[in-house]
Parts: sequence; structure tokens; C-alpha cells
Amino acid sequence: MSIKLNTRQVGDVSVVDVAGRITLGEGSSALRDTMRDMVGKNQKKILLNLGEVSYIDSSGIGELVSGFTTVTNSGGQLKLLNLNKRVKDLLQITKLYTVFDVHEDEAGAIRSF
Amino acid sequence: MRENKQQVPETVERFLDSTLDSVDSAEEIAVGIAQRAGFDDDNLTRIGMAVRESMVNAVVHGNRYNAHKKVRFSVGHNTHRFTVRISDEGEGFDFESLPDPLAPENIMRTSGRGIFLIRSFMDEFQMRHLERGGTEVTLVKYLVSK
Repeated sequence: MSIKLNTRQVGDVSVVDVAGRITLGEGSSALRDTMRDMVGKNQKKILLNLGEVSYIDSSGIGELVSGFTTVTNSGGQLKLLNLNKRVKDLLQITKLYTVFDVHEDEAGAIRSF
Repeated sequence: MRENKQQVPETVERFLDSTLDSVDSAEEIAVGIAQRAGFDDDNLTRIGMAVRESMVNAVVHGNRYNAHKKVRFSVGHNTHRFTVRISDEGEGFDFESLPDPLAPENIMRTSGRGIFLIRSFMDEFQMRHLERGGTEVTLVKYLVSK
């Protein structure tokens, strides 16, 4: 399975449900396009739900960092939701876990914006 | 956890095109052999990711997607060691010039974590310049705890 992205609105927060693999090629470019599209539409509160992400490589990590920087520089906030153990471990060993605001509960994540 | 199911040793060698499809193929072959060698799910993920990162380096940074250049990929194991070798036909690079992705000034970089992840996931990792040109990397995961 490659990547599937579904965007939904919860109040003023845009939630992106990501499923599949975020790897170099289709996966990372689809995520990049979605993030740029949202920033282009002036969406300032973005919550990436990674609960169904089975795999992420260094390119995918790079896209998360790029998205974070792009959203932050545009005056918005990008937060992460539902990291599985593999993704959490990856962010921890790359020292990025503390860079992102990570949540395990969607309602709490929505309230945190 | 490393397991020691003492499976029958097997070796595969392929000359792969410089495409992202080859990255997927190499990962799939390596994980299949690693699974038959007895590695658990966590280690299968680590091996798969290390192979993927190495293949991306060979295809993208080494051969630069050049259709005339191949990536040599071999994977195999004996009772103690699971070994993957990947070589490209690129121009090579200065191994000493790799930035530390954990340095504060590099944390927010969008690239440069591949080799760091390979080193993190494998028990041994070596890079060498080939006489004929190109770079070869060797990845080893121990089948039995030392």
C-alpha cells in the first residue's frame, strides 16, 4: 500500500488522516503537495493523524520537518496525532520527537490549538 | 530480539536498474530472506529500512537515476551474520563530509538522515570507494547475540 491522505475539518482545525507508507517518491510528494495546498489556502491549524502510517523513511521524516517549517513560517501550527511505536521511535532517535507537538487523543489535540 | 533459528543459508544477487522500483524490490528481497533467517518483526523493519535507505543512496545520489548505470545488490546469511552489499556506479563522495543529523544546527534539515538511520538499525555498517568507481556499502545484522 502506498499512501492515502484524507482531509477533514474539525472546527477551525484541518485534520489530515494519513495511511500507508511515507517514503521517497509518491508517498512523500503526496504529503508535501497536501501540506502546501493547505498552507496556500491559509489554513493555520493542521493536525496530521499518522495512526495508520505503517512505514516512514528518511525522506518521509524530511517531509514532516519541511511541513512543520512551512506551516510555522506562515504563522500556523502543525501538530502530530497517533504515532505508532515505529514512527515514535524514529522521531526519538532523530531527536525530532520534542520538536513536534505530539498527541495521542484527537479531542485533546484539537483543543490544544 | 535477535533469534537463532538456524535456517538454511541463502544468497541472492541482482543487478538492478537505477529506479525507485528497484528500491522496493531490494527491500522486499532482503526482508524476505531476513524473515526466513529468523529475525523478528522489529528487526525485519530495521533491516528493511536500512536496505531502503542504502538503495536510495545508490539510485538517487550515486547513479542519479542514470538508466545506463546499475546497482549491484546482494543479500545473504550464514548462521551468524545477515549481510547486504549494495554498490553503485556513481562518482562517490567524501565519507568524512557527512553532517551529523543530531547536531542542533542540523535537526531541522529536511535531508541527511539516511546513513545515520542505517547505522542505528544495523550491527555493522561500512562504506568504501570502489576501484572501478562508485561506492559500496556493507550492512550486517547479527543472527546470534554476541
